[in-house]
Amino acid sequence: MIGGLFIYNHKGEVLISRVYRDDIGRHAVDAFRVNVIHARQQVRSPVTNIARTSFFHVKRSNIWLAAVTKQNVNAAMVFEFLYKMCDVMAAYFGKISEENIKNNFVLIYELLDEILDFGYPQNSETGALKTFITQQGIKGQHQTKEEQSQITSQVTGQIGWRREGIKYRRNELFLDVLESVNLLMSPQGQVLSAHVSGRVVMKSYLSGMPECKFGMNDKIVIDKAGKGGVTDDVAKSTTGKQSIAIDDCTFNQCVRLSKFDSERSISFIPPDGEYELMRYRTTKDIILPFRVIPLVREVGRTKLEVKVVIKSNFKPSLLAQKIEVRIPTPLNTSGVQVICMKGKAKYKASENAIVWKIKRMAGMKESQISAEIELLPTNDKKKWARPPISMNFEVPFAPSGLKVRYLKVFESKLNYSDHDVIKWVRYIGRSGIYETRC
Amino acid sequence: MPAVSKGDGMRGLAVFISDIRNCKSKEAEIKRINKELANIRSKFKGDKALDGYSKKKYVCKLLFIFLLGHDIDFGHMEAVNLLSSNKYTEKQIGYLFISVLVNSNSELIRLINNAIKNDLSSRNPTFMCLALHCIANVGSREMAEAFAGEIPRILVAGDTMDSVKQSAALCLLRLYKASPDLVLMGEWTSRVVHLLNDQHMGVVTAAISLITCLSSKNPDEFKTCVSLAVSRLSRIVSSASTDLQDYTYYFVPAPWLSCKLLRLLQCYPPPEDGAVKGRLVECLETILNKAQEPPKSKKVQHSNAKNAILFEAISLIIHYDSEPNLLVRACNQLGQFLQHRETNLRYLALESMCTLASSEFSHEAVKTHIETVINALKTERDVSVRQRAADLLYAMCDRSNAKQIVAEMLSYLETADYSIREEMVLKVAILAEKYAVDYSWYVDTILNLIRIAGDYVSEEVWYRVIQIVINRDDVQGYAAKTVFEALQAPACHENMVKVGGYILGEFGNLIAGDPRSSPLVQFNLLHSKFHLCSVPTRALLLSAYIKFINLFPETKATIQEVLRSDSQIRNSDVELQQRAVEYLKLSSIASTDVLATVLEEMPPFPERESSILAKLKKKKGPGAVSVELEDGKERGELNGGADRGGEAAIAASNASTPSPSSDLLGLRSAAPVGGPAPSAGSLLVDVFSEAGPAASSTRVNDDGFLSALHAPEAPDSRLAEGPGDADSAPPSAASEDPAPPLPESDELLNKFVCKNNGVLFENQLLQIGIKSEYRQNLGRMYLFYGNKTSVQFVSFTTTVSCPGELQSQLNVQTKPVEPLVEGGAQVQQVINIECLTDFVDAPLLNIKFRYGGALQNITLKLPVTINKFFQPTEMAAADFFQRWKQLSQPQQEAQKIFKASHGMDTEVLKAKLLGLGTALLENVDPNPENYVCAGVIQTKIQQVGCLLRLEPNAQAQPGEQMYRLTLRSSKDTVSQRVCDLLAEQF
Repeated sequence: MIGGLFIYNHKGEVLISRVYRDDIGRHAVDAFRVNVIHARQQVRSPVTNIARTSFFHVKRSNIWLAAVTKQNVNAAMVFEFLYKMCDVMAAYFGKISEENIKNNFVLIYELLDEILDFGYPQNSETGALKTFITQQGIKGQHQTKEEQSQITSQVTGQIGWRREGIKYRRNELFLDVLESVNLLMSPQGQVLSAHVSGRVVMKSYLSGMPECKFGMNDKIVIDKAGKGGVTDDVAKSTTGKQSIAIDDCTFNQCVRLSKFDSERSISFIPPDGEYELMRYRTTKDIILPFRVIPLVREVGRTKLEVKVVIKSNFKPSLLAQKIEVRIPTPLNTSGVQVICMKGKAKYKASENAIVWKIKRMAGMKESQISAEIELLPTNDKKKWARPPISMNFEVPFAPSGLKVRYLKVFESKLNYSDHDVIKWVRYIGRSGIYETRC
Repeated sequence: MPAVSKGDGMRGLAVFISDIRNCKSKEAEIKRINKELANIRSKFKGDKALDGYSKKKYVCKLLFIFLLGHDIDFGHMEAVNLLSSNKYTEKQIGYLFISVLVNSNSELIRLINNAIKNDLSSRNPTFMCLALHCIANVGSREMAEAFAGEIPRILVAGDTMDSVKQSAALCLLRLYKASPDLVLMGEWTSRVVHLLNDQHMGVVTAAISLITCLSSKNPDEFKTCVSLAVSRLSRIVSSASTDLQDYTYYFVPAPWLSCKLLRLLQCYPPPEDGAVKGRLVECLETILNKAQEPPKSKKVQHSNAKNAILFEAISLIIHYDSEPNLLVRACNQLGQFLQHRETNLRYLALESMCTLASSEFSHEAVKTHIETVINALKTERDVSVRQRAADLLYAMCDRSNAKQIVAEMLSYLETADYSIREEMVLKVAILAEKYAVDYSWYVDTILNLIRIAGDYVSEEVWYRVIQIVINRDDVQGYAAKTVFEALQAPACHENMVKVGGYILGEFGNLIAGDPRSSPLVQFNLLHSKFHLCSVPTRALLLSAYIKFINLFPETKATIQEVLRSDSQIRNSDVELQQRAVEYLKLSSIASTDVLATVLEEMPPFPERESSILAKLKKKKGPGAVSVELEDGKERGELNGGADRGGEAAIAASNASTPSPSSDLLGLRSAAPVGGPAPSAGSLLVDVFSEAGPAASSTRVNDDGFLSALHAPEAPDSRLAEGPGDADSAPPSAASEDPAPPLPESDELLNKFVCKNNGVLFENQLLQIGIKSEYRQNLGRMYLFYGNKTSVQFVSFTTTVSCPGELQSQLNVQTKPVEPLVEGGAQVQQVINIECLTDFVDAPLLNIKFRYGGALQNITLKLPVTINKFFQPTEMAAADFFQRWKQLSQPQQEAQKIFKASHGMDTEVLKAKLLGLGTALLENVDPNPENYVCAGVIQTKIQQVGCLLRLEPNAQAQPGEQMYRLTLRSSKDTVSQRVCDLLAEQF
């Protein structure tokens, strides 16, 4: 179990130090600073073992969070906890920065007391936490005894993520499908590896204790439905191209896994507010929104000509946004001239790359940049390794092909039906590591 | 780093550095550096000329970036350009960059050398200094090659400035240290020596470092420096402190120079010239006198400087070791320091006294301080000082004070620091042995030692006690009594048990008369410790028990009972199990005469160098050894016996310490000493070969003790083949080609058809043992080459070859063996064998080595036969006959009818058939006389089933007895080969 939790700033100064077990001493704090934060070589592994003590760390901007233990703990659990901790902190005071942590250190200690007990993770649901850990100090006088006992029963009860008696005038539901598409492509345009990792994020403002049912065009669900012959015409039309194969997925704790296992249906009582309903990953039939065609020519030892064409590969009616192409330059670049038809391009010396930015681009279009790079002759015999060209973008569809088929809300006790709920669905596809070798 | 001062400031650089320092994270720093590098690259692009200032600034930035740990792969050219600048600051940065960044194999080195050459030949002293510093900083071989001729010239030229001379001297020193072969002083020698007379003290100080280094390499060439150094020294020593203006340091005139001069003089013996010597003695006296004067300043620097000279002078006095007067004075001076409040001084005093104690003149003087030193040992707070005190006590020990010192050291040992305990133990052991007047004192001391600091008593120490006790008849009884008493203590250290076990095993009879220490009491006492001991000790105790059986027949039953207990005879440790089994057999089978011979009292050990001493030397490292050597040089009597030939001692200790069982137990040596070798030997062999089957299953060959028992395996096989046939192998012709296989190698091969382990070959020089194991189509063979002589075999090589088509049938892999086989040693070689398909021939093993210059070349057949890859197959009678019928084609069957060459003993036959690798099927053949076997030969490409039937006519007269052997297998070649192989076995 977790023996202690430390938060450091970029200099390695300790901002928060909470020790849960006696086997973790003060020296552990220093050991992590010396061996990881100030290590001569950047430490890539998130798990570091120093003197039979394990340090699990995550980094948020300049802040290091490190969980320390002497025992053989489940590393995945520790990281899940650390991520959760980040979410909780972000939900309480926004961005995780040194400034914010210093300003909220009392709150953080309070949170740490609540979500970790003797190193064992406890309820870390933000909604639940917010009912009894508040930033306004003790509100004891405002809370009635009844409310307090309600908190207890909620936190310890079966549905720990939602309290009773929520009422909204407008029952609203927002559903975002957020995907990031990762790609590695050879210079000839052959896909070397590609996958999409997606999340379904919901924001629900629903009264009472509604039961929700979520449906998407997952192959298994649809096949099953097709076999059952319940919604045959819908199934038949979707089984062809439209269903997708999900490699694996994980759900929020509110989803009834037993129902998913038996009926492949995703049903749940949603938490109030924003939460992540599910996470999934696909590797087959990915729609690659952009194609990058690089052309690099070395002219003698002192010059390099680069031409890069990008092609958008989706419906012309859709618009991609925030497109950024990053073309690495050799380490001995002494000067760069860039010409591009669209957007803005600039040589960024500090990053050793040409950065080409395009604000907006419609589907089925293409654009081109060409650059001349002057090189300084060096006595280093090493050849330039030609790192891949990477790309960033945002498109308004799901590159995995995932579609939301339905989201039904049932609330038996209150008198509103599925039709009364206002539902919003949005798809956003972003680039993950989207690289093309050159 | 150039200071950012007015006028010379490089603002850009300062801004850049402060930017870097203000970076919040590593990433930000890298970004900033990348930006700067891009900027510098664009500046260095070469389209526009840069002025000296910006060049300097950018080179500086590059240098800074490099020092931050980033790679710099450009800008070298600009730095070289800076060298030709006329401005000091620019030149300086250029040189700085080059000495930090340019590696010696750069193509720019020619340009750099050129620039350096220009600067050296310029008349500007600062430029010359810069160039010299650069040469020294780079200090590469190329630099030495280019400038080794030039620098001495600058050094001795009359018109060179003093500061340049200093730099040149130190630069030359650096080059000399880096590549001494390139710096040839030759003609310059005398002129360099005369630099000692230079007016400028700085030049002298620099030159003396060079001279000290050079003269330590070839003292003869620089002999003349002695008188010059002495006169220089006397001038400094006798000068008033105000004379040497700049070189007076806290009222001490030129302390560094004085120290260096004194150190230089330590490279040479005392000057022969009387006048010079007188002058030197005068100097040394003055230095000693000055130490007595009240300090001129309270500052610590003053006393440090003074003491530095004093200690250097004392080391010189000790080095000369010819002036009794001075030695005694030095000793007295050090005696004063022993009680100084300054810890460092006490440390130094103890250390110097240690060397003083080794001088015959001052030994007595040192001895007067014994009380102080003992006190220091007890009360010093710093462990390093206590360590020195212990060293000094060891050094000052002689016959007169040995008892006192040993007693003190022993009492200190109880509280001593862990880090020095082992060394202390060794020292006590050595002193006790060396100055032992009566050996009972010695035994007491060592036993005390083991009692007090058992954990730190190394093997060597207790080996030594036993060697001494065995070699001295007069202490044996006393030793037995003392160890007996020591063992009475409820908690004994294991080392004590070892000594006790050994001594009681040898000399227990000497105290057996006393009813309080009757044999049974002794045995019970030892055995009560048995279970608390480690394996080697238990092994030793088992040997002690068997010796008890010899000494006291009345204990035989008790001890046999112990040996027979499951915890011994079935011990999981092979060594213990084997000992138990063999000792039990030995005690129950051998007659008392044999027992008495085998287990006779150990013969005296040859008088050899104390192994403890070697250990101490090894432990203390080079510093201590030099002390010891100095001891050896001077003194026969004072700790002198200790240092006769360190190497011999180490060799002896190596020989005496490989494992307790091999050395001390010495069954190996006991047997030959015990009686006329052949008879005693054969008796032993008989005993062991009977015990063989039980023990051989667990036998491990590489143990020292067991190698003595290795012999039983040889006669065993020799009996089968007729004696001496292996020995008769003619020494092969001394050709480099592998010799043809020995004529008897086929016979040797047949020996191994039915067994996997044994002795393959033996002659006067070499014994080859084999252990092999097979699984399916794979086999692993361990070959043990034993050198039977006492001389080492050199260029020992073994090769395994597969002749002809065997190459495609068998895959043999060997690991090379060590080319050197020490006398009496055994080396092991592992051979991996893979059977690809069935085969007929055996692979050849060729062994070549030089024994006393003569090349030995032996070729044998490796006992790898097709039957080794048999997998036994059990089957019922019906099954067997069904298959037998299936294999009825004529070529699948091979049959042989042959005469029995050995008796028809059922058990032997069965053992051989099992050894073949097949399963022996009972109740299959209708005739119970016949034998039926089945097996599958596993090869890589196929499996060959094999059925066998052996029909003896046991009723026939001996001599008429015949066998009929029938083999059927799915492959004709296999049937034939197995049939041939097996026919030779019966």
